[in-house]
Amino acid sequence: MPESVTSCKACTWALRTKRPPRPDLYPVGVLERPAVQTTSVDHYGLLAPRADVALAFEHVSKTFPDGTQALDDVSLDVAAGEMVAIVGPSGCGKSTLLRLASRLSSPSAGEIRVAQGNLGYVFQDPTLLPWRTVQSNVELLAELAGVPKAERARLAADAIALTGLVGFENHRPRALSGGMRMRVSLARSLTMRPRIFLFDEPFGALDEITRERLNGELLGLFEREQFAGLFVTHSVSEAAFLASRVVVMSPRPGSIVAEVAIPFAYPRSPELRFDPDFAATAGQISARLRANLT
Amino acid sequence: MSVSTAPPSEQRAPAAPEVSRRREANRGRAIAQIAAPVVVFLLVLLVWLFISYVLLEPRRRFLMPPPQDVVVVGLLNPANSSEILAALWSTTQVAIVGLAVAIVIGTIIPILMIQAQWIEWSIYPWAVVLQTIPILAIVPLIGFWFQFGFSSRVLVCVLISLFPIITNTLFGLKSSDQSHHDLFTLQRATRLQRLLKLQLPGALPAIVSGWRIAAGLSVVGAIVGDFFFRQGDPGIGRLIDDYRARLQAEQLFAAVALSSILGLLVFWGFGFLGHVLVGSWHESQRPSE
Repeated sequence: MPESVTSCKACTWALRTKRPPRPDLYPVGVLERPAVQTTSVDHYGLLAPRADVALAFEHVSKTFPDGTQALDDVSLDVAAGEMVAIVGPSGCGKSTLLRLASRLSSPSAGEIRVAQGNLGYVFQDPTLLPWRTVQSNVELLAELAGVPKAERARLAADAIALTGLVGFENHRPRALSGGMRMRVSLARSLTMRPRIFLFDEPFGALDEITRERLNGELLGLFEREQFAGLFVTHSVSEAAFLASRVVVMSPRPGSIVAEVAIPFAYPRSPELRFDPDFAATAGQISARLRANLT
Repeated sequence: MSVSTAPPSEQRAPAAPEVSRRREANRGRAIAQIAAPVVVFLLVLLVWLFISYVLLEPRRRFLMPPPQDVVVVGLLNPANSSEILAALWSTTQVAIVGLAVAIVIGTIIPILMIQAQWIEWSIYPWAVVLQTIPILAIVPLIGFWFQFGFSSRVLVCVLISLFPIITNTLFGLKSSDQSHHDLFTLQRATRLQRLLKLQLPGALPAIVSGWRIAAGLSVVGAIVGDFFFRQGDPGIGRLIDDYRARLQAEQLFAAVALSSILGLLVFWGFGFLGHVLVGSWHESQRPSE
């Protein structure tokens, strides 16, 4: 995104916040996303320019208007360039956490702080527009941000090359398999060069083989692009393979019950999955998960 | 990283022999699709001939003149056919203008409705009322207000064809996926971007099917208008009524047949338009398997 656009929109955001921006602590023009909905209490703060934290949840709770409590006092930091995975049973508020981080929804209590830079969000479904070709689907976000045509074509070409979609630019989503569609969805987010990437079970609907292959490719992207990632999944082995830290959540209302550090250095190879130490780590996560189900 | 630039094997490319086999099957289906209605048409002709020559005694044969008489007198006689075609053209003009006006209004109103719930709530019941008023009952009123010429006929057309356009367009605009909306929200899309890049293109199949229904109705509306508004060029409706009054059965049948063909052409025309606009991405445009 061109610098002028960024700073201009950020200014509008700065004007809208109730808390006056303090230049010493909260640099103006760092936050990308204005509040989607205005709430009486402002739950979003700008992250002080500490280089090591990209995303912080502080005592965040979320109760839906129908009274369902989805999250209860969740505190979690994601360091810059760190990949954190969240595992938990269905309906424990994992996805809600991502919606809160991206301001698609706002918390009932607590504070969420997001560092500067773009935020990428990969949904459970590829959410491609069926009438657009792969190329123009990948260009969509840049197009909405007002990036000039030539520039966004270049951004899209880069992202398409990174995700192995070369040769498929003029296909429509319908002509692609589930794995390929997910690649297009990833490529679309990559065009915005996000510093923080939110993944909402992106590979959950894929078969095992495709899923493992895309896990490997995602790790490649992560190692290359150095974004901070928050990866929600049902799969313990996927979580352990991708993340440097796995957070285990309890059933609703979701809260964090355990954090397991994954002691394997990047870059990781697919063979890691067959390492006995890896199996032991995954077993440890599974045990924590089961302990909280009963 | 392990991402390769070679096309991954997940693509779906049917093998060549499979393609040719499918093409052959498609051709067979296309032939059957044309042959079946032709057979029905021939059966109808047989029944028609049976009624004309067997059931009706000669002096009452004018009630159902045999098909060849309809063709010879109604269509091949230049005086009759030019009279019918001129009237049909006048009706077609009314239908086209009425449909165009209905499409413009019927697209703008749902776009307004999706901007705010209160707009939808205030307008939609009146759109339903518009549909439920017996049009025939207010046609005399329309003539009373707007005279009995072209504009009144167009107005009848608009009233009859507006509702399906509104409901289909509204349905289409509202049926965008929530996840697509989230995507646009995340990127802080403006209302206009959302409308032009998500809601309208997504609604296109529904919009076009609304147009198709409305196109048929606009022909009906134009003919109904003809019956009531007898000023200006005579339309096909008025001509049909005249033929009936003069017991010119052959011309009457020819006029009815030609106005059916007009409806058919309009329907096909919009089907083709839909195919062009929606292209190949939507399920409804897919050849069934």
